[in-house]
Amino acid sequence: MKVKVLYFASLREKIGKDAEEIELPVGAATVAALRSHLRGRGGAYENSFSEKILLRAAVNQDMVPPTAAVKAGDEVAFFPPVTGG
Amino acid sequence: MKISVQKEDFDLGAEVKAISNNSKIGAVASFVGLVRDVQMTLEHYPGMTERAIEKIVGEAKSRWQVMDCTVIHRYGALQPNDQIVMVAVASGHRGDAFDACEFIMDYLKTQAPFWKKEQTAEGARWVEAKTSDDKAAERWK
Repeated sequence: MKVKVLYFASLREKIGKDAEEIELPVGAATVAALRSHLRGRGGAYENSFSEKILLRAAVNQDMVPPTAAVKAGDEVAFFPPVTGG
Repeated sequence: MKISVQKEDFDLGAEVKAISNNSKIGAVASFVGLVRDVQMTLEHYPGMTERAIEKIVGEAKSRWQVMDCTVIHRYGALQPNDQIVMVAVASGHRGDAFDACEFIMDYLKTQAPFWKKEQTAEGARWVEAKTSDDKAAERWK
């Protein structure tokens, strides 16, 4: 299934793009599974999505925990903890 | 209720006046956040940002008497002493106005998708999130 993945702030800079379409393997239907799939792409992804890096995620523009479900067509965003205000 | 994510500056006085136009309102509490002595750029997640602030304001309304409310957060390039954010809450009495205003600010800090990048003498750096901000938001639970 295909999902749209967005990156923000330092993560966007490390990956070198702000968005892309990702084809997810069958069974990778949570935010944590998508993160692990991205980490497995190697290169900048491996470091950026390492388990040591603190990241937050949103599915369809709602902040969610890693266990949240991801389905075809969803917009999934990864970003560092927010620093507004 | 007004929520705006914008590049432009804002006028706190005008915003407070705009939500005070009701004889049942007895208190307006407001907060303005300023840039300290650095240049910075604020990035955000268009669409989600507005949605996240709406959720925070909705939560405040479920806990306190909020008769009207304005939240403005800027993005883009900001200079030292620029205004970044404002929250103003109108209520019947000051207790609700103060608490709702502080709650909205504390949640904005941890839930609204903004990221600050500071320009320092050593180059640009992304500001790291503070655990004190998480603690400030947690005390409302």
